[in-house]
Amino acid sequence: MSIIRRGIFLVALPLVLVVLWWLATRQDTSFYWPSPHRVWDAFVQTWTPAEIRQDVLPSVVRFVLGFLLATVLGIGLGVAIGCYRGLREAIEPVLEFLRAVPPPVMIPVIILFAGIGDGMKVLVIFFGCLWPVLLNTVEGVRAIDPVLRDSARSYGFGPYCRLRRLILPAASPRILAGARQSMSLGIILMVISEMFAASNGIGFTIIQFQQTFAIPEMWGGIILLGLVGLVSAVLFHLAQTHILRWYHGFLRSQRKA
Amino acid sequence: MKVAQTMTDGRAEMSSSSGGTMLDLVGVQKTYAGKRSFEAIRDVTLSVRAGEFVCIVGPSGAGKTTLLRSIAGLQSISGGEVRLEGSRVDGPPEGMAVVFQEYARSLFPWMTVRQNIALPLKQKGLSRHDIDANVAEALEAVGLSEDHDSYPWQLSGGMQQRVAIARAVAYEPKVLLMDEPFAAVDAQTRADLEDLVLALWKRLGVTVIFVTHDIDESVYLGQRVIVLSNSPTEPLEDLAVDLPSERDQLTTRMLPRFAELRAHVYGQIQASKAGARPGDVQP
Repeated sequence: MSIIRRGIFLVALPLVLVVLWWLATRQDTSFYWPSPHRVWDAFVQTWTPAEIRQDVLPSVVRFVLGFLLATVLGIGLGVAIGCYRGLREAIEPVLEFLRAVPPPVMIPVIILFAGIGDGMKVLVIFFGCLWPVLLNTVEGVRAIDPVLRDSARSYGFGPYCRLRRLILPAASPRILAGARQSMSLGIILMVISEMFAASNGIGFTIIQFQQTFAIPEMWGGIILLGLVGLVSAVLFHLAQTHILRWYHGFLRSQRKA
Repeated sequence: MKVAQTMTDGRAEMSSSSGGTMLDLVGVQKTYAGKRSFEAIRDVTLSVRAGEFVCIVGPSGAGKTTLLRSIAGLQSISGGEVRLEGSRVDGPPEGMAVVFQEYARSLFPWMTVRQNIALPLKQKGLSRHDIDANVAEALEAVGLSEDHDSYPWQLSGGMQQRVAIARAVAYEPKVLLMDEPFAAVDAQTRADLEDLVLALWKRLGVTVIFVTHDIDESVYLGQRVIVLSNSPTEPLEDLAVDLPSERDQLTTRMLPRFAELRAHVYGQIQASKAGARPGDVQP
């Protein structure tokens, strides 16, 4: 029963939007606002399996690489900075500065160092994704309950055990919140990095369509981007639900107390 | 430094060494440095025999928790020495376990009850078999055998504190330190938990240091009650509780001697609040 209800809620709004889109474009006169079925036709013709291999896969691989690299490094650095006050005081101003630099403006600089290949694009994604994970990890580690720290100390937790059983789980809600932000940024940067010196990718293809006035195909590409975002959000949500399965019940019990 | 655990069965060792000195505090001092430095503990010297149940009471702000954290090796002291069985404590020793007041914050919310109790044992290097046995025994002792797969936050406050006690007991400490452990539970749960701690103490022969601000609780539980002065802390009185060793919430608390002791400690706490120092003429 509730699954059916949830299913209805899930598809209701997209359905309404498509119907509205269809109603608004029924006359099908505007060159820039094609009707849903024209976009659908273009979508099916454009994104063939071969095309997916050639343009979608490279984008997704670069995105995943950049995002994972940023997550691993962000958590590692964040734990170190969160644990050592001296390190934090020394590094924090630089971090705030670097974080304020919009990653796209770094692209020419990164091209100087990393060339124009996949490495450059992964680096751009990495550079953008790093900060939300890093800064949230620092905050998460700093906010660990002192009583919990004392418990771990008094029961003789070694450094590895402390990391694995205290620091990472305690900071995990914040870390995941940061990673979620990073993921959205990563998809944006995936597209942007393909605007410079690219020869494949979803972003590259969409821009090709724009420049050749293949408007329905362009809209199809944008819809594909949305779908990529949706799928990654769903996957992320699944992982998060698993990692934080204790967290929501814990929060509820805290609120009651 | 960790105190070496020479015997695998700490409990047997505890009961056999009953009577010898377990814990020694020699001129313990704690001053928090900083812009406005604060002298929390001036001079605490006391010694606890193995198997003793000692309650430490004092008015709020008397540095009870500071003293307990110093004993536990959770914070450095500015002067003096804490010795556990003759070995200097300068970090949390393996022979001690602490039960904190904030049960909801001292148990790891991402671990089940079982995991919470088992992890310290794993850190201690016990075999899987011994871990399982200790966990089962400890859960049984606190009456939570059914709840080992729950998360702590799924349990009531009193039950969470039982888990914390089970974790401490399973660790087989020589000294069990309890920092106002029942201050945050309701009165009935509190009475149950007091009797639980007494029963465990008798059964295991463990040395207990029990910090509380509750005068009745200190007299009901302790063999000795140490009254602390206001901060900077010094022991104001070290009182032997000459009540029958068998304690009962109803009959013990109705004894005339209980009322006398209670009134005496109450008077001392009032004096302490008013600024009495050791060596002052007792009223």
